[in-house]
Amino acid sequence: MATPAPSAAVDAMLSTPVPAADMLIVMPLVLSFLFGSVLLMVRKRVEWHGWISVPGFALVFAADVALLFKVATGGPFTMMMGSWRAPFGIAFTLDLMGALFLATAGFVALAAAIFAVVSVDRQEKRYGFFPFLFLMMGGVSGAFVTGDIFNLYVWFEVLLIGSFGLLVLGSRHAQLDGTTKYAFLNLVGTTLFLIAVAYLYGVFGTLNMADIARQAADRTENGAVATIAMLFLVAFAMKAAAFPLNAWLPASYHTPRFVVSALFAGLLTKVGVYALIRVLVMLFPAQHAGMAGIVAWIAGLTMMTGALGALAQTDIRRLLNYVVIAGIGTVFAGLAIPQAVGAAPGALASGLSGAIFYALHSIVVMTALYLAAGVIARRTGASTLETVGGLWRESPLLSALCLVFLLAVSGLPPFSGFWPKVMLVRAAFAAELPWLAAAILVSGLILTIASARVFAFAFWRPLPQAGGTDTEKSGDFNASVPEHPAPLLPLVALAAFVLAAGVWPEWLSRLTTAAADGVVNPTAYIQSVFGGGA
Amino acid sequence: MEVALSALVALFFGAAVYLLLSKHIIRMLLGMVFLGNAVNLLIFTTGRVASVAPPVIPEGATVPPDAVANPLPQALILTAIVISFSFFAFLLVLAYRAYQDIGTDDTDKMRLAEPEERGLPPLGY
Amino acid sequence: MKSIIFRFTAPYLSVLMLVFSVFVLLRGHNEPGGGFIGGLIAASAFAIYGIAAGVASVRRALTFHPMAIAASGLVLAVLSGVLSLPLGDRFLTAQWAFPKIFGEELALSTPLFFDIGVYLVVTGAITSIALALEERDHD
Repeated sequence: MATPAPSAAVDAMLSTPVPAADMLIVMPLVLSFLFGSVLLMVRKRVEWHGWISVPGFALVFAADVALLFKVATGGPFTMMMGSWRAPFGIAFTLDLMGALFLATAGFVALAAAIFAVVSVDRQEKRYGFFPFLFLMMGGVSGAFVTGDIFNLYVWFEVLLIGSFGLLVLGSRHAQLDGTTKYAFLNLVGTTLFLIAVAYLYGVFGTLNMADIARQAADRTENGAVATIAMLFLVAFAMKAAAFPLNAWLPASYHTPRFVVSALFAGLLTKVGVYALIRVLVMLFPAQHAGMAGIVAWIAGLTMMTGALGALAQTDIRRLLNYVVIAGIGTVFAGLAIPQAVGAAPGALASGLSGAIFYALHSIVVMTALYLAAGVIARRTGASTLETVGGLWRESPLLSALCLVFLLAVSGLPPFSGFWPKVMLVRAAFAAELPWLAAAILVSGLILTIASARVFAFAFWRPLPQAGGTDTEKSGDFNASVPEHPAPLLPLVALAAFVLAAGVWPEWLSRLTTAAADGVVNPTAYIQSVFGGGA
Repeated sequence: MEVALSALVALFFGAAVYLLLSKHIIRMLLGMVFLGNAVNLLIFTTGRVASVAPPVIPEGATVPPDAVANPLPQALILTAIVISFSFFAFLLVLAYRAYQDIGTDDTDKMRLAEPEERGLPPLGY
Repeated sequence: MKSIIFRFTAPYLSVLMLVFSVFVLLRGHNEPGGGFIGGLIAASAFAIYGIAAGVASVRRALTFHPMAIAASGLVLAVLSGVLSLPLGDRFLTAQWAFPKIFGEELALSTPLFFDIGVYLVVTGAITSIALALEERDHD
């Protein structure tokens, strides 16, 4: 393997001291791990946990927003860990796509933390609910900021171990069952990712994403690279729960506490989506063009599986599990547009912009829906459609919030799910894939029916008489926790985002369009790592 | 050397897939161990096997004078070993706990999260 | 464990292993060794002591909960990385100091503290898993 000669531009970058603003890039990670460790040390003082965690997540979110602002105004930037020379060592590179995902993740984590303070009981806080949450968020933040593909694998594993802890916390039998399936399938998924990284290292001799993107342009017709890209597609599709590798999600996501389900459904699958966009579109554009047909089929089938599965479920959370899968299919539709290397950024960039927009919307809305399901379960003591009811009369605010989220997840205006679907449908027509556009619309229609059914049963009809047919006990998981208004606060904040992104979509669509352009044409990303006109 | 290592990697992957296809958690667990080691060997092989000088840079220089062995695969493998070890420990505890509480390690019989016999959702009220 | 020989020797063995683990940790800077393998040796020392004398006496001997030990290690590792930021360097860049103690120059560096952090994380995490498994055996 030829060792690339150390370039003068890299040396010049390393010899200058780091601007203070650049130090922000490690802050989401440093803060997550510090707060998580401090909470572990005071694990017996359960009453302190909320007072430490919520400010901790607020700080992480503030750092995320500052980073988003910095990247949106100044373009991507890089920090080399331990001052190593650019192709070597671990690079933390943040571009606009990463910053958007990072800020949204910080937002929903803060919302979930506030929700968790009152909804998680003392015993589980003592067993480390908040430390696991910080560990998982550290992993998620790391995955969004890293510019090194092996490091991405490491962050995947960090978030995975945090998620295992959260999933099994409480150790009810259904949880043990769900965690076993979740753990094995996700571990196989990340191992596939590692296999792909190993082959990639063998072929390219580098792990730095900017370096790979630079080299991949020269390797358009190469069977080995196509194999690697395909392995990445399988690995990340498994993490994102795309058809036909989605069976683990409906088997596990409804078993832990509602707040845990909410964060998992919102964030973890989207980390897989993020990694897929980053690797497939940015690192292997030529191979992506060849595989776009496969991605289109995956997208269509995932959307249909999710929508039809949602229609067949009785339990609200198990219904939402399938809504998550349908959302993943919709995001994949934006990745399904083929574009030859070197062509002017057209349909692919606009489809990708829609995909990023939809992914951000999905993070917020799915988190909100699971949290709302938690509130419903606490109010009515159940979460199956057969036994809930009468919430419209009891709580107009909760009903209005849920209506917003259900309409948003169905993709109806004027909420945040509508505009990305418009962008995706237009991109699908522009790419001459009318059946994909039809699939987006049909799955949206089926999801509208499923959400309308939830609303009609849980809110409109009067509360049915007790002694129904409900045999599953997962519903009354939160019923013992006393009534508290605090859980509605994060729901209001999430609804504000849904409304803001639905009524004034321009600010967000401008950001996602710039983010998609940055991924399709990663010159600025590469320059931030290697300096100058590398 | 590469050929022999590739054959070994293939053997490990085969054993891992065979064990992972089992219904019993304990065999799947052993399959994960094989899978982790297969990947470690794979990284080792893709980092090129050669008998050259150890990768130590002499004092005062910034690059090694001649060809040296590739030190990176070892760092990657060490990281992967640490990760797969900790996951093995977690899965072992989890499987043991599941076996104690649910009373089976047969994944086909673990239907608590997704019980069979669920009727259709209510169609009207 | 009923064997009298094992129960008699286990405490001494554990002490030896703990001392050896610190030796391996410090040796790791220039020679094979380091925080991870040192932590594993320390964790196996506690595991052996737990098999011989019972989990309760290990927890008593440790004073702190194993997870708290792991957490303190994580704090130490993160802080030794953060130290380079106020000095204008990139995250995790090694910082060195050579104070003279009793006329001997002592090479102190952030990688050393990072490695001690790793040692504590591994010791705490693996000990807590091992103790959890041993506890289950007895009930």
